[in-house]
Amino acid sequence: MKKSDNTLNGAEIFFECLKREKVEHIFGYPGGAVLKLYEHLHDVNFLQHILVRHEQGAVHAAEGYAKASGKTGVVLVTSGPGATNTVTGIADAYMDSVPVVIFTGQVPSHLIGNDAFQEADIVGITRPITKHSFLVRDVKELALTIRKAFYIASTGRPGPVLVDLPKDVIASKCEFVYPEDVEIRGYKPTYKGHTNQIKKVAEVIAAAKRPLLYVGGGVIMSGGSQELALFARENKLPVAMTLQGLGAFPGTDDLSLGMLGMHGTYWANRAVDNCDVLVSLGARFDDRVTGKVETFAKNAYKIHVDIDPTCIDKNVVVDLPVVGDVKHIIAEIASEMPNPPETGEWLEQINEWREECPLVYEDNDGRLRTEFVIEKIFQKTKGEAVVVTDVGQHQMWTAQYYKYNNPRSNLTSGGLGTMGFSIPAAIGASFAVKDRPIISISGDGGFQMNIQELITAAAYKVPVKFIIINNSFLGMVRQWQELFHAEKFSFTDLSASNPDFVKVGEAFGIESYSTDNPKEVDSLLDKAFSVNDRAILLEFKVVKADMVFPMVPSGGSISDMMVKRLNPKRMI
Amino acid sequence: MKHTISVLVENHFGAFDRVATMFSGKGFNIRSISIGETEIAEISRMTIVTEGDDQIIDQVVKQLNRLIDTIKVVDLADTYHVERELALISIGLHKGSMEQIKNICDIFRGSIVDITNKSMMIEVTGPPDKIDAAVNVLAPFGIKEMARSGIVALKRGEQLKIQKKENITT
Ligand SMILES: Cc1ncc(C[n+]2csc(CCOP(=O)(O)OP(=O)(O)O)c2C)c(N)n1
Ligand SMILES: [Mg+2]
Repeated sequence: MKKSDNTLNGAEIFFECLKREKVEHIFGYPGGAVLKLYEHLHDVNFLQHILVRHEQGAVHAAEGYAKASGKTGVVLVTSGPGATNTVTGIADAYMDSVPVVIFTGQVPSHLIGNDAFQEADIVGITRPITKHSFLVRDVKELALTIRKAFYIASTGRPGPVLVDLPKDVIASKCEFVYPEDVEIRGYKPTYKGHTNQIKKVAEVIAAAKRPLLYVGGGVIMSGGSQELALFARENKLPVAMTLQGLGAFPGTDDLSLGMLGMHGTYWANRAVDNCDVLVSLGARFDDRVTGKVETFAKNAYKIHVDIDPTCIDKNVVVDLPVVGDVKHIIAEIASEMPNPPETGEWLEQINEWREECPLVYEDNDGRLRTEFVIEKIFQKTKGEAVVVTDVGQHQMWTAQYYKYNNPRSNLTSGGLGTMGFSIPAAIGASFAVKDRPIISISGDGGFQMNIQELITAAAYKVPVKFIIINNSFLGMVRQWQELFHAEKFSFTDLSASNPDFVKVGEAFGIESYSTDNPKEVDSLLDKAFSVNDRAILLEFKVVKADMVFPMVPSGGSISDMMVKRLNPKRMI
Repeated sequence: MKHTISVLVENHFGAFDRVATMFSGKGFNIRSISIGETEIAEISRMTIVTEGDDQIIDQVVKQLNRLIDTIKVVDLADTYHVERELALISIGLHKGSMEQIKNICDIFRGSIVDITNKSMMIEVTGPPDKIDAAVNVLAPFGIKEMARSGIVALKRGEQLKIQKKENITT
């Protein structure tokens, strides 16, 4: 490939750069503007290109890969429609701070702005949903741009970076010099926390009577789970996690309160409401967590540790902010602790709340329920699997009933709430994780939103267990219709219009099973866990009109928390 | 409250759009914005006048800082600084009004930069409230068109300095 004088064309430089970034997998879909790249890709052997069936799938796959591995996910698509198809995925990665680099083809430079065939201003379109983006205007800038793109995507608060590559840039030649260092004077993430503030944090926690750790996805991204576990256990601090934070601290630990927020556990939310010191670690006081901000942890002294200064005082004004890398800061707080706080009574109180209002569901009428399925999956995998959920009721039930024991094993679309995330993200994760089962859990609605990727799963023989929780409804929307929209079940009933999911799976070449019988759940799951060299699909037909509780209504306070259905006769 | 924020940005393709997108995306207000060269070729200075309470201004500054192409962000509200704006004001002429307009122009140390039988154009420079005053006084004569440059501003005494180059190695 290399010529003696080291003059390479853009496509060769592209792959030389990916090699140096240690890229091993790239999710993509070809087209006119990137043909030159695909020409060279044909002979590249240091990485595997995974052909998806829709560019949105490529981005979610890259997200799944990145979230599961901590590495940067890479996407390659063509211009115009290829690029615009990535938009939802990019927005998703932006909201959940996932490091992804998206390479889009672009029409030749001299045609930009001419409404040329398959031209779209993708840099403009994605500006508000990327951490940064580049239009490469000269092949001489290509190597440095790629270097910067990976650097920006993966450092600080991670996020998607888009690199737009005009066709002529990829084809033209220049001398290849790999930039070893990147210098971006406007971008210097703060990693080291302020020493005095960290001391102060330790003192405040040590003096607390009712401290609570409020843990978000930042702890997982920074690789701080071990530090967190040590810190929480040594100081007997209860841990409530956000949807993205699940897995940051072992869900089976006594100190874990599970998830807080809208569908959080009763005891986690009561703990938030009653704590005297709230320590937010890598979380962003999202509205699904806080509800009404005025009443959120209203009596607590609030500490906020985050790498992104814009998160601080954005939604909730805090008493003590610390900007920096949460992993290191947790370790430093731990080492500054003068003494552990007295939390015995507080933990007892939390346990009383646990007993007062445990997570329960009806399990003796012989009908199948989501909670039962998730509990079974949890029991069989002991919280060690990688579980990739879609968006809706099944997502919340999974968050409640699957107790993740490891970081990077809960993959879900939290910020954007993108239906259609699970199938491609699970496929992506399967290229990163080989030693643990990967389970994709979708609703019957969301399963149809990137259903085309089943063939990607079949073609690459990825050992993903695709689970469909079929309640014949857009269940979460139905729940809001019942609770807040006068029971007008407008366009959420899919019972007459769902496909036969077993036939669908089989058409894609995936062994598929279905049941509505609780007694068959065990054997079907055992079957699925015995298959490790290819995908398998299980459809669980569950009761139709169930609802997820507890629920703090949007914008409400903990005192508005609903713990069960108000009108039980609707339980059909 | 009104704040004037001075932003040094890389003179890159799209750097300005990113700032504008951030303002509109976050729902922040832009009262005026100006952009131009600085003493360093690759760096431009944007001067943005925005409005909001302390929490909003804190967010504006942080969000600006967060953009990769911004090098330095200073809220001039907490500093001694000089603000200047330039306005071109075209006024219709009526019988006898020319002399009066000329007098007003002198009072504001403006200059007449264009004249025809029907209209004259005045250039006024100064702090924004001076421009406001000139506009108020000239309004009764019938302003046909006006263009204001938006504010440019600098800290007094000391200049914003660019961070020393340091290498990030990863
Ligand atoms: C792309 C997209 N469109 C619409 C929505 C709104 N929405 C949120 S949950 C939901 C219902 C999902 O239904 P299903 O996939 O069957 O899951 P269930 O809630 O029944 O478990 C919908 C439509 C969304 N989150 N994403
Ligand atoms: Mg459903």
